[in-house]
Amino acid sequence: MLECQQLGWSTRGQSILRAVDLRVRQGETLGLIGPNGSGKSTLMRLLAGVLTPSAGAVRLEGRDLASLRRREIAQAMALVEQQAETADRITVRDAVELGRTPWLSALRPWGAEDDAIVRSALEVVEMSGFAERDWLTLSGGERQRVHIARALAQRPRILLLDIHHQLGILQLVARLLVTTVIALHDLNQAMGCDRLGVLHQGQLVALGTPAEILTPSLLRDVFGVRATFLTDPADGSRIIRFHPLS
Amino acid sequence: MTTATLRQLGRLGGKGLLHGGWIGAVLAAAILAGICIGETAIPPETVLKTLANRLFGAGFVLDRIDQGIVWNYRLTRAIIAACCGASLAVAGVILQSLLRNALAEPYLLGISAGASTGAVLVTVAGLGAGAVSMSAGALAGALSAFLLVALLSRASGGGTGPRAAGQIVLAGIAGSQLFNALTAFIITRSASAEQARGIMFWLLGNLSGARWDNVAAAVPVALAVTLVCLWQARSLDAFTFGVDSALSLGVPVRRLQALLILAAALATAVMVSIVGSVGFVGLVVPHAARFLVGVRHSRLVPASALMGALFLIAADVVSRIAVPGQVLPIGVVTALVGAPVFAVILIRRRPAR
Repeated sequence: MLECQQLGWSTRGQSILRAVDLRVRQGETLGLIGPNGSGKSTLMRLLAGVLTPSAGAVRLEGRDLASLRRREIAQAMALVEQQAETADRITVRDAVELGRTPWLSALRPWGAEDDAIVRSALEVVEMSGFAERDWLTLSGGERQRVHIARALAQRPRILLLDIHHQLGILQLVARLLVTTVIALHDLNQAMGCDRLGVLHQGQLVALGTPAEILTPSLLRDVFGVRATFLTDPADGSRIIRFHPLS
Repeated sequence: MTTATLRQLGRLGGKGLLHGGWIGAVLAAAILAGICIGETAIPPETVLKTLANRLFGAGFVLDRIDQGIVWNYRLTRAIIAACCGASLAVAGVILQSLLRNALAEPYLLGISAGASTGAVLVTVAGLGAGAVSMSAGALAGALSAFLLVALLSRASGGGTGPRAAGQIVLAGIAGSQLFNALTAFIITRSASAEQARGIMFWLLGNLSGARWDNVAAAVPVALAVTLVCLWQARSLDAFTFGVDSALSLGVPVRRLQALLILAAALATAVMVSIVGSVGFVGLVVPHAARFLVGVRHSRLVPASALMGALFLIAADVVSRIAVPGQVLPIGVVTALVGAPVFAVILIRRRPAR
C-alpha cells in the first residue's frame, strides 16, 4: 500500500534519516519504535508527504508521492501529529470538520453526507458529547482523540499516528479497521502491533513481529536498557520491565 | 454531478445572493451617511436627487455646488474609503491565517511602507520613465517589503511557532523603518518643497485626492481580493492547526501562499497608491469580526470586508468633522483606535498557558 525505498532526509548538512526501506501491508498496524531523536517523526512526516525526501522516494499504492496532487494524497492518507495546536476559538466539531477539506471544493459544497461522516468519526473516538465544546477547554488526551476523529473524517485508507498520550490508543486503532502506521513511545504498547520497525540513529535496524523484535539483546543495543519479561497471570500477556544496564 | 450536489449548489447560490443583498444595502446606507455628514451637512434628499440626476438623468433642480460636492467629492471619498477598508481588512485576514500570527497585518509587517516607497520612487524619482504606473511601483515595493520581512524573520529563527509570532513583528518593524527611511530619503532628494508637503500628507493616509478614476481601480481590486479569499476560505480554515496540518489535509500550501500573499500585496499596493498608508485597519477589523462571527473563513472574510468598509467610512467622517476647518489624515484616526487594540492583543497573547 505504502512503501519507501532508500528513503533519506537531511537538514543543514546533517543526515536525520538514511536508507530506509519499508513496505506497509494492507490492514496491518505497523508500530515504529526507537529512542528519542531516532527519526520516527521524520519518517512519519516523509511518509505523509509533509516533508520532501532528500533521497529515495515514497510510493502510495504504486505511485510516487511527488507525482500526486496534495488533495489525492490527503484523500488516501491522514496524519495526526502531536504538536498540532491552535489558539483559535474553535469547537470540537469545527476541528473534525476540517477533515473533510480534501473532499470539498467550490463545486462540491458541504452536504448532509459530510455531517454524517463527522458525526460517526466523533462516535468512534467516543467524543460525541463534546461536539460543541471549545477546543481550548479540552485535556491533552481529549485533543488527541479529536485529532484522530479529524483524521478519520478524511476517510483515509492509511492512518499515520505520531502522538504521545497513548493510553488505550492501540485498542482504539484496532477498532478503526484502517491500515495504520504508529510511532510508539511506550514499548509495552508495542506488543499490540502486527509488526514493529525499529529506528536507531536514523536507520531502520529491524523489522518484524513483536516477538521477533522485542528481545533483551535488541532492547539493550538500541535503547540501552536491561529488559526482563513478565507474564500477567490475568490474561497471559507479556509485560516488559526496564532496568539500568549496569 | 448528482442532483443532490446541484441542489446544494443552488442553496449556496441562494444564500450568497441573500447575504450579498443585505451587505450591499448596509454598504449603500453607510455610503449615504458618509456623504450627508460633513462640515456642511447635506440633507439625504439632496444626495438622493443628485444620484438620481447623475445615474438616471432624472432632472431634479438642485444647487450646482451641492451637486458637485456630492458627486465629485463626497461620493468618491466614501466609495474609496469603503474599498480601502475592505481590502486592508481582508489582507489582514490573509496574513493572520497564513502566518498563524494574530499581529500580522499589512501596516505592521512593513508592506504598506514598502508600497509607499515603490509609489514614491515612480512618482517623485521618476523611475520607469512614465511607463510604470504608480500602482505597479507600489506593488513591487509591497512585495519586496514582504520578502525582506519574511526572510528576516526566518533568518532570526522564526517559523510558525509561538516564538515566531514575536520575530515576524520585530522583522516588520525593521522593514517599516527601512522603507520609511528610504521614502523620506527619496522625497528629500528629488521632491520640491511643495511636492514634499503634499506627499508627507498623503503618506499619513489621505482621502482628499479620491477621484472617479481611483474608484475605477479600487472597486475591482477590493471585490477581487475579497472573492479570491472567500473562494479559498476552506483552505484557509485548514491552517488552523498549522502549515503541516494544512499540507496533510490536501492544501497545496505553496501555491495558496503565493496566490493569497500576492492578492494581499496587490490590495495593499493599490490602496496605498490612492490613499497612502492607513494603519491598523487590517489588525483591528479581523479581530473584531472574529469576535462577532467566529474564526471560520466562510463567515470571517465577508464579515471583515464589510466591517472594514464601514470602519473606514466612519473614520473618514470623523477625520472631516473632528477638528473644525481642518481635515485630519485618516491614518491618524485609525491609529488612535488601532494602537490601543494592538496593545490589548499583545497583552492577551502572553506566552500561552
